[in-house]
Amino acid sequence: MLGAMAGAPFLSLPAMARGNILNAMMPAEPGTLCYPLLNTRLVQQICGNIQESLLLLDWNFKPQPNLARSYTITPDGLAYVFQLQPDVRWHDGHPFTARDVVFSCDQMLRQLNPRSRNAFNNCQSIRALDKLTVEFRLKQPFNAFLLSLMASNAPIMPAHIYEGSDYRSNPHNFSPIGTGPFKFARWERGQYIRLTRNPDYWRPGFPKIDDIYFRICPTPEQRMVAMETGAVDIALADDIDTVVSSRLRANPHIVASTHGYEGVGEIAVLEMNQRRWPFSDRRFRQAFMHALDRDFIVKAINFGQGKVASGPIPSAAPYYDGQAVSRYPYDPNRARALLDEMGLKPGAGGVRHRFSFLMIPDGDGIQTRGAQYVRQAASEVGLDIELQSSDWASFAHRTGNWDFDMDNNSYGEYGDPAIGTARFFVSSNIRKGVPQSNIQGYRNREVDALFARAATAIAPREAQEIYSRLQQILTRDVAMLWLFERDPMLYYNRRVHDLVTGPNGPTDGFGHTWLSGAA
Amino acid sequence: MSKLTYIAGRLVRTLMLTVAVVLLSFFLIRLAPGDAATVMAGQSGYADETFIKSLRLEYGLDRPLPVQLWKYGAAVARGDLGLSYERRQPVLDVVLDRLPNTLLLDGFALVVALAGGLTLGAFAARRPGSAGDAGVTTLAMLFYAVPQFWLGMMAVLVFSVWLNWLPPFGLESIGADHKGLLRAADIAQHMLLPGMTLALYYMAGYARLTRAQMIEIAEQDFVKTARAKGLSERQVMRRHIRRNALIPIITYAGLQASILVGGTVLVENVFSWPGIGTLAYEAVTARDNPLLLGIFIVTSVLVGFFNLLTDIAYTLADPRMELGA
Repeated sequence: MLGAMAGAPFLSLPAMARGNILNAMMPAEPGTLCYPLLNTRLVQQICGNIQESLLLLDWNFKPQPNLARSYTITPDGLAYVFQLQPDVRWHDGHPFTARDVVFSCDQMLRQLNPRSRNAFNNCQSIRALDKLTVEFRLKQPFNAFLLSLMASNAPIMPAHIYEGSDYRSNPHNFSPIGTGPFKFARWERGQYIRLTRNPDYWRPGFPKIDDIYFRICPTPEQRMVAMETGAVDIALADDIDTVVSSRLRANPHIVASTHGYEGVGEIAVLEMNQRRWPFSDRRFRQAFMHALDRDFIVKAINFGQGKVASGPIPSAAPYYDGQAVSRYPYDPNRARALLDEMGLKPGAGGVRHRFSFLMIPDGDGIQTRGAQYVRQAASEVGLDIELQSSDWASFAHRTGNWDFDMDNNSYGEYGDPAIGTARFFVSSNIRKGVPQSNIQGYRNREVDALFARAATAIAPREAQEIYSRLQQILTRDVAMLWLFERDPMLYYNRRVHDLVTGPNGPTDGFGHTWLSGAA
Repeated sequence: MSKLTYIAGRLVRTLMLTVAVVLLSFFLIRLAPGDAATVMAGQSGYADETFIKSLRLEYGLDRPLPVQLWKYGAAVARGDLGLSYERRQPVLDVVLDRLPNTLLLDGFALVVALAGGLTLGAFAARRPGSAGDAGVTTLAMLFYAVPQFWLGMMAVLVFSVWLNWLPPFGLESIGADHKGLLRAADIAQHMLLPGMTLALYYMAGYARLTRAQMIEIAEQDFVKTARAKGLSERQVMRRHIRRNALIPIITYAGLQASILVGGTVLVENVFSWPGIGTLAYEAVTARDNPLLLGIFIVTSVLVGFFNLLTDIAYTLADPRMELGA
């Protein structure tokens, strides 16, 4: 092998395109580039450069103009009227108009995308008032409505491409058309997806880079090597395992940043099947929280990335109330006392209860290592856990069909509890066969009523009061076992600037990004 | 039995093998809980009944299993391997798109392994027990014992990260848009690490097999007779020892080709080589059943083809053997 490679330097060719080109990576090849059809983080990160939303979030979670240059809301909170940017064209030259917005929000997104459907089902009507004005009329006030219009919820799709077609078999699912700063250029199957600069982009002076390559790097080792050798410029959330993150952080050519995923507000959790005893007993869930040293999980297992979660709403998100939450510090003695109180006394071998833990598939990542710690910590208080591995299909099938004792998972809050949080706690979302719903079977009538009221409250103060009460009840009940707020790390080469410009990070695309030293 | 009858029999056996593989795989895949719809629902992070139902309807997963099998079998009989659930593209196109990359990598590994293994084995067999023999045997043991994925990762660490001689992964330089010879050189450079990682394992096997065969044959009576007749050592080696040692090596090569064409999942994944192995891995994780079955069908046909080639190679190595005899 050494002999065969001795001549290699003489063949040396550039491994990746350089110049004014951004080299990114993707851990897997997406099945489609139709944003509404498959709204995963991977598709969001690629298509966020191609398709755009009506609004963007600034760092304070305030909506800012994008394809909509302005908007008005009626005092009763029932009508939202958007003025669209003039002179915007789709990548194929077709003009962008109100028809595209109405088609996207009222038909395509509502039909294909569950997250969008959840938002637009609040609408009584969506109609074009003229070529550049759209009115959304709601059935009842919904104070998270503007947040529902961000790209990950509501990418605006071209009506002239999709209207009247079979959305799922439309050939443009593999060569998407958008209004965004980058146009789809090429998809070399098994290798890369290339986007190229949109020279007719409506925002003058943007984008600043010529091409983006999303290269497939399926293994964590490859992604690490790709960053270290400079073969790629950026690694997005979860591309790099936290175990090796210190190596990248120490690399003088690489910047590590925790900004860019605040808009998701992801919390790592344990879910318990509350249809089954003893998970149905609030004291058991409280005891389990006391048995876990969540600070250790953050510091030792997640290498300091993130912070201990105190409740259902991330601490940096609107409506968080640190005074309202019940806290469960690490206290194994308190855990044992609660278990004793329940009648779960130690039996043979000191075991009080045995149950299974279905692990979310993440290779040997943070979730798997966290599960191993949870098993160890639980054994300290007499709980014997059997860890069960799974692949995505099994995990989604078993959790969706309530065939589990406990699992680990995470959820995104997406800027407002009404969008990302309520779905895990309201009893109307207990739906067999549907993963990522209220699979625990948590039921509380007061919680149901409060979530409904909170979403329709027009005055921010009223909404805050309701959400504070909700945090009080949910943490008292330990309605879910919140472990830690995830703080996904972005890594990028020092030549990359302005990679993210808001809390939705890469989902909003790289339209503002520029490269130093680029030709 | 004529050669044509023999080949026809081989084809029928390949067909039966393919049908058996498809039937077995069709049911085995479905024994695991969940399907492609649940994978997409789980990964999208936000799902509802409408989303899951519409996917099941689209993929035909809502129909009873026998109906699914019947429809699939009828389509395959017409030469239609169906649509990939995840990619929404014809399975045959997806598989044929990746197959040349696997054949290229495997062909390279097979040639290097054969050439290197035969040479080293013959060298070691010349003087059994010598320092050269001990060196070859030790190296062969080492490369035979070391897991391929580990060897691949170490190769990346040394030749890509530390020495920066070779690209760490991929088929070719992205964005370089090389053409002609420059592109061929670029691909060859990318192929060196995964190709050698694969080749070293099989090379070790060939070296050990060749050495053992040649030492054993050298002790046979017909070899002693040849020497007694006054043939030179070179003639004895070429006509009598090497030729007779070839038969088990051909068998091993045939087996290697069959294994390789099924996709070397680990090595292709370690080096992000866009071949059948990575495709099969992606299909399994996405529960993309039509794609996985399509891969099995194509590789079963190729295995049948390589078995036939192996039989033909026997007749070339030993004229006493005939196809169908």
